[in-house]
Amino acid sequence: MRPRLREIDKPLAGVVVVLVAYGLATLYSAGQTDVPTFVATIWHRQTIWLAIGAAAMFFMFGLSPRLLEWATPYAYAITVLVLLFTLAMGSGAGTAASERSWITIAGVRLGQPAELAKLAVILMLARWLAERREPPATLRDLVYPCVIVGVPIALVVLQPDLGSAIVFIAILFAMLYWAGTKPSLLLLLGSPAIGLVLAFSTAAWGAWIILLFGLLLWWRPYVWEGLTIMLANIVMGVVAVPFWRRLAPYQQNRLLAFLNPEVDPRATGWHVLQSKIAIGSGGFLGKGFTAGPQKRLAFLPAQHTDFIFPVVGEELGFLGVVIALALFVFLVLSLLRIARRATDAFSSLCVFGIASLIFSHIVENVGMTVNLLPITGIPLPFFSYGGSFMLACSLAVGIALRVAWESRQSGYAEL
Amino acid sequence: MSSFHPHLLDRRLRVARAVVWAIMGLIVVVFFRTQILEHGKYRLQSELNRLRPITLPAPRGLIMDRNGKVLAENVPGYTVSLLPGDQDSLRAVLRRLAPLVKLDEAEIGRVLTRYRRAPYLPVMVLPNAKFELVSALEERRVIFPGLLIQPEPKRHYPDSSLVAHLVGYVGEVTEAERGQRRFTGVRLGGLVGKDGLERQYDDSLRGADGVRFVEVSALGRVVREAGAASTLAPVSGQPLRTTIDLDLQRYVAQIFPAGQRGAVLALNPNTGEILALYSAPGFDPNSFVGGIEAATWRRLNESESHPLFDRSIQARYPPGSTWKLAVAAIALKRGLVTFHSHMPIPCRGGLQYGNRFFRCWSAQGHGDLALADAIAQSCDVFFYQLGLKIGLSSLLEEANGIGFHTRTGVDLPGEITPEFPTGTEYYDRAYGPRRWTSAVTLNLAIGQGENAQTLVNMVRFYQMLASDGHARPPFLVHPGPNPNVTLGLSPDQLAGLRQAMISVVERGTARGAGRFGGTITIAGKTGTAQNPHGPDHGWFIGFAPADKPEIVVGAIVEFAREGPYVAPLVTRVIGHYLGVDTTLASHLRIVLPTDSAPHPVPILPGVVPEDTVPPDTGRMDTTRTDTTNATPPPRDR
Repeated sequence: MRPRLREIDKPLAGVVVVLVAYGLATLYSAGQTDVPTFVATIWHRQTIWLAIGAAAMFFMFGLSPRLLEWATPYAYAITVLVLLFTLAMGSGAGTAASERSWITIAGVRLGQPAELAKLAVILMLARWLAERREPPATLRDLVYPCVIVGVPIALVVLQPDLGSAIVFIAILFAMLYWAGTKPSLLLLLGSPAIGLVLAFSTAAWGAWIILLFGLLLWWRPYVWEGLTIMLANIVMGVVAVPFWRRLAPYQQNRLLAFLNPEVDPRATGWHVLQSKIAIGSGGFLGKGFTAGPQKRLAFLPAQHTDFIFPVVGEELGFLGVVIALALFVFLVLSLLRIARRATDAFSSLCVFGIASLIFSHIVENVGMTVNLLPITGIPLPFFSYGGSFMLACSLAVGIALRVAWESRQSGYAEL
Repeated sequence: MSSFHPHLLDRRLRVARAVVWAIMGLIVVVFFRTQILEHGKYRLQSELNRLRPITLPAPRGLIMDRNGKVLAENVPGYTVSLLPGDQDSLRAVLRRLAPLVKLDEAEIGRVLTRYRRAPYLPVMVLPNAKFELVSALEERRVIFPGLLIQPEPKRHYPDSSLVAHLVGYVGEVTEAERGQRRFTGVRLGGLVGKDGLERQYDDSLRGADGVRFVEVSALGRVVREAGAASTLAPVSGQPLRTTIDLDLQRYVAQIFPAGQRGAVLALNPNTGEILALYSAPGFDPNSFVGGIEAATWRRLNESESHPLFDRSIQARYPPGSTWKLAVAAIALKRGLVTFHSHMPIPCRGGLQYGNRFFRCWSAQGHGDLALADAIAQSCDVFFYQLGLKIGLSSLLEEANGIGFHTRTGVDLPGEITPEFPTGTEYYDRAYGPRRWTSAVTLNLAIGQGENAQTLVNMVRFYQMLASDGHARPPFLVHPGPNPNVTLGLSPDQLAGLRQAMISVVERGTARGAGRFGGTITIAGKTGTAQNPHGPDHGWFIGFAPADKPEIVVGAIVEFAREGPYVAPLVTRVIGHYLGVDTTLASHLRIVLPTDSAPHPVPILPGVVPEDTVPPDTGRMDTTRTDTTNATPPPRDR
């Protein structure tokens, strides 16, 4: 039975339409600079991507979750192959010209496969977690999902695209949690990362190791697993500094500038500083639509992609920011609601993964504009210009709408 | 599927919602802090970010003569600057500018240095652009982002070298100067007076620069003018009315012997107002505007005639016979002589003193003269004896009292202190105790020896003679503090001295110099400054009308051989000022006494301390500003 349009989940569809309109208006404004650049007309191209995205959304809306579940391994395999291909043949673009995150054929940049890979990983994880009767209870149970996520992470880190890698990890943890994994196990799984971060302060790292030892005694995992965790944490503490040295200078600078953006306002800290100036000068009501001077005079970098949110902050003020964030919260909560009501584990996990994907993008992108999080080149859903991510979001929304329709059909609609 | 039991899912959903709300709440709080609480700070940063201040240079005040004629004015000029984006793009733009503006690598480096000192200000590329260049640049404006062409008032001196030493010149403020309290308000690259009146009265001439703001893009392109409300208009400097009489100044320059070095200073004896101040050779102060070319600067500095040097206040010359009036005044004040006093030994062409024979300039001798005639004839023998009669320590004390070791305090920068012994201990220092004799008195008495005066100081002394005996320090704009120096002579004695000086012009050493149809009586005194390196320097200082003087003019001409040659110059200046037709004088053949300068007589035979004898470099003594200007023994009259 094919779903009909009027049976669509109206809250989700509605908030997506509003967000798309808000995002397109902001993208139009981002192009309105005093010295016009290519950004001036980029919203034309975004509308084309929106049309493609709408088609993709309806395609997914019409696709049965069963068929999707069947196709998942193939989609995942193709994704990994494309990522490998990108690594071998990819090209850079724009501000990240030295990266290899774009697929380019005959000089035409087709897209960033990493964005679609996120969706494939969600599907693959959902399929594997749904097939199990029990949630993962031991570290050993987590090996397979870690491999599912680890392969694309390794491939995008090599591009290098640290931001997407962080999103993958967020998706992994969110979906494991939704599948019923105990938070203590998730903490143990994440502990090496905590150890890595704390390794820069010997005292903090020492305290962390002692705490971890106590937690291991308390939670009593298998002995060899406990030993592995301890060992991993210690190794992280040892390799942290060499690892830091391995990071590319721009990655180091981004992290350092995150800690202190004023350290060199003309170079590393420039983006954050200009972003904060644009947002802060907006005040409560902003400078008016298309009238933000920081953006108009091109002080705001990448104002159509990574730093599109400061345009909202500068021109529409705190009010515009709160409205945008409220819309995003509504979107994520709608997705959570759909995930809760899904008729089967695969659908539920898929939609929860989609919610975590979109939420992690929002938090990371918005957080970096006010220096809450370090700068990573992560687009803001429905706002940032970019075909691949727009397509990924459309597909994700399509899946969620389908899942919502399925549960509506099975009698959840009135709930 | 136990893990997907609705109760378990509900619990996880609650946790997930809590996480979403918590994180979003945190983000909203951060935005609230940034946009509402710190709004003021970021709004300010945003303004500073996009607004660039552009200096609107204040026109300097005009410098005018006493009748309002312009000595220094402003004409429109253009400066070319760049609003920098960052250093690399600035370098690139400079490279592109280079062929048009003719910049070499070194100059690009200098511009970049200037940029690094103030990276958010427009950086000056060309301080003085020609109109053709400006239009060429305007045509190509598109390819030079941040190009800023500003009209900027340019200093212009219509009379050029004629007033060079008087008005001085302007130049870009140096780092060292900006450290001084006086120039703290001057912006980087701003113009300040470097010499002359421009420097002396820089504070009032400079005015206050204005500022306007332009909005720039992140690349440094000027996008538009900011609101007019934020523009601060420049305040022009205050005009400076000087005491100079430009007509007289021009006349002085016109009649000053071409190619000669020297100086002329004219002042009003009753007020101290300087009417003309001329030093030759001059230089063109206009060549300093907008930065002097290195070659011109080198030529000015290395020239043997030192054109930058103001010979009226920065050069010391032995005053020679012009100083005899000081000896006469001191003797009269002390009551040692009257105008009718005779000296014990009449002039027979010289005077035997100890084992030395001190010659008079006139080998035939002047015979037995009274003081008045001795002044008129400038008889050395008379003054040798008069000096001895006063005594060395009294002579030094009185001379110091009337300011022969003091600056006049004229309101021009760089006036030097005259060289004069402050007491007998000076000789002890110079030659060693007991290694000199009172023979130095004889030299001092005729204006030789350890005595070197600036022209301005000698004119000040004659100003005292020409007025009521009180000093009125010379000035160009504002009189300096009056040290209350007086000659201490009675009006009769002053009148007698003036009469003697009239005789100098009418029948004495400068006879023939002051005859303009007999309407004006000029008083004055010649002098010959003995110069060990060439022909002597000639002095003449005179004033008129002798009964009620209105002008004192002093002149020194280097290598003029003798004072009498200088006298007509001064008398013509006086005549011009007093409105007498001087054309007659210009054709007048001046009858001068045949001069045979006495041979040098060493004060201390055989023992001449090294530091008192200038090395025989051929360089003029007068260019030395140190105190080793003591001249070797005299030979003058």
